Amino acid sequence: MTKPQTSFEKIWAAHVIEQLEDGSDLLWIDRHLVNEGTSVQAFIELEERGLPVARPTMNLSVADHFPPTRGRHDPLKPGWGRDLIFGLRDASQRAGVPHIDYLANDQGICHVIGPELGFVLPGMIAVCGDSHTSTLGALGAIAFGIGTSELTHVLATGTLASRMPKSMAVELSGQLAAGVTAKDLILAIIGEIGTAGGTGHAIEYRGEAVGALEIEGRLTLCNMTIEAGARSGLVAPDEKTYAYLRGRPMAPEGAEWDRAEAWWRSLPSDPDARFDRTIHIDAGGIAPQVTWGTSPQDVAPVDGKIPDPASFADPKRREAATRALAYQGLMPGMKMSDIRIDQVFVGSCTNSRLSDLQDAARLIRGRKLAVGVTGFISPGSTRVKQRAEAEGLDVLFREAGFEWRDSACSMCCGIDTAPPGTRVAATSNRNFENRQGREVRTHLVGPAMAVAAGLAGHFVDIRKELADA
Amino acid sequence: MPEPLRRLTGIAAALPIENVDTDMIYPGSTGKSLKRGDQARVALHRLRFSPEGEERPDFVLNKMPWREAKILVAGDNFGCGSSREMAVWALHEWGLRSIIAPRFGDIFYNNCCLNGLLPVRLERPIVDRLMALAQDPATATMTVDLQRCVVEAGGETYSFDIEQRAREGLLEGLDAIGMTLASADRIAQFGAAYRAALPWNAEPTRPLPQA
Repeated sequence: MTKPQTSFEKIWAAHVIEQLEDGSDLLWIDRHLVNEGTSVQAFIELEERGLPVARPTMNLSVADHFPPTRGRHDPLKPGWGRDLIFGLRDASQRAGVPHIDYLANDQGICHVIGPELGFVLPGMIAVCGDSHTSTLGALGAIAFGIGTSELTHVLATGTLASRMPKSMAVELSGQLAAGVTAKDLILAIIGEIGTAGGTGHAIEYRGEAVGALEIEGRLTLCNMTIEAGARSGLVAPDEKTYAYLRGRPMAPEGAEWDRAEAWWRSLPSDPDARFDRTIHIDAGGIAPQVTWGTSPQDVAPVDGKIPDPASFADPKRREAATRALAYQGLMPGMKMSDIRIDQVFVGSCTNSRLSDLQDAARLIRGRKLAVGVTGFISPGSTRVKQRAEAEGLDVLFREAGFEWRDSACSMCCGIDTAPPGTRVAATSNRNFENRQGREVRTHLVGPAMAVAAGLAGHFVDIRKELADA
Repeated sequence: MPEPLRRLTGIAAALPIENVDTDMIYPGSTGKSLKRGDQARVALHRLRFSPEGEERPDFVLNKMPWREAKILVAGDNFGCGSSREMAVWALHEWGLRSIIAPRFGDIFYNNCCLNGLLPVRLERPIVDRLMALAQDPATATMTVDLQRCVVEAGGETYSFDIEQRAREGLLEGLDAIGMTLASADRIAQFGAAYRAALPWNAEPTRPLPQA
């Protein structure tokens, strides 16, 4: 009898080139998504050392942080962003690394196009110089973010030395209620375990509620694993995974697909596999979530209230909550649904896929943004934008008063910003101080909640909205 | 390649904030260059400077003796958030060589080890004690000894754990890429077997379509 293994352990073991004396493993890396935000420096360092890229086509480079979401086809303004966009393009070409031009139809946020193109597949180890690489674990891969030094190592060697993290199972029982999404699920998990709850661990999401999620929902779930402190989160591949990937431009075809699928079917965790930690959450009891503070763990159900910092037992948490409420300009005890917003941002690698936009558009029903509220949509990729337009979603958003923009990281990481003091309902992943502009106050929510808040001028219990529809 | 780091004695500064994220350490909008060597000004920019660009005189790293700090004693989950390695470069270029905290963001922790900035994980009660010592100029001088894996402060000695690979890398200032390339034959051998078993994993068997 071989020891029962987790999915993570099976994939990891298939990639171990050698065990190093220091207790880490030298891992074969299958895929590397390369973006202009963190990776241009890596090419420069390799050139300075005279080292070639080890396996050029395992890499795929695309500018996703800095392309403008407005006036995409205008000449780029001189500055840092343009230097990085062209710097990545030129360095990729010199190194023989496939590159997607920022004006091409395949352009998009790397964690959106990785699955969309079938570039990332189950059973792979995929890395990228961006912490939200955890997103790609939704396809049954090990995927994690790395820094510039490590991605330089990946470019030069096609490998990475790493120590196997501890394992953590997040068991999600029950079914999500209508109007409750993968975003609410992951926010509730982070609220439960905290932003350092998964530190040092690789998470596997399991259980009925996970199986019921479509792949795009699983991508959202795994995306914010990093906000729970874990570098990677994984959902074992199943029929939905195969159906999603079949026919994608870079996925295998024919006999090779059959071979691949047969292998993928061996990858789910064995029934008796042991995890170092297991967390149980009843997904059926989760309400739509809204963050109130400046850390993703500062989250409450929309029908709840802003907690009193004094209610936290831990003095450090009390201090942090007090600081967060001062920054956010909010009072303890206030009803979440009384928080008024100034702006809506729908976009980012967390919530910008077609189903997110469909989910958000369906709530509009001919209404318009509340007086004084602005908003824009930045689809996750140019393909998502085109598909949404084919369905007429752009018209629905525009008629409601939203601006329909191009695909990039945008307000998620402060490339597009709001004026000081603006309160934003954002579908992105980080509500840190000043992340979306100086003194900007961010509330993290799902796409339907963001749009509903824009229409009402404040957060609303979208379960009621949907029941009334 | 970072300079080796073995034993370090210097002023420690206290930053008693939880969940300091890499946006706080290195605001994306403030950076103007991606090159190592250009980043010191950006380190903890919004804590050090007002929106008008003036130094905040009450911030610890703007005051003596902590302006000379080599060690930072920080709150839990330091360096969470974005993977941006510039956050580590900025702190290192500003002059820090070690950060002590109960826990670190995983990616930030790795980035530290690869850039000569020693991350020390200690139990929270000990970090609280070190933070109190760091706040008094009379007791703010500490020693972090990576050879013995101890912190010496206030007449006490505290042991810490660090992965062997990270420790060796910091002690010797090793070139990780050079070390791996020394195993090129082993990698090629593995790659041949891997390509035979899982060809679609090794490289995309269908190239990126031309747009």
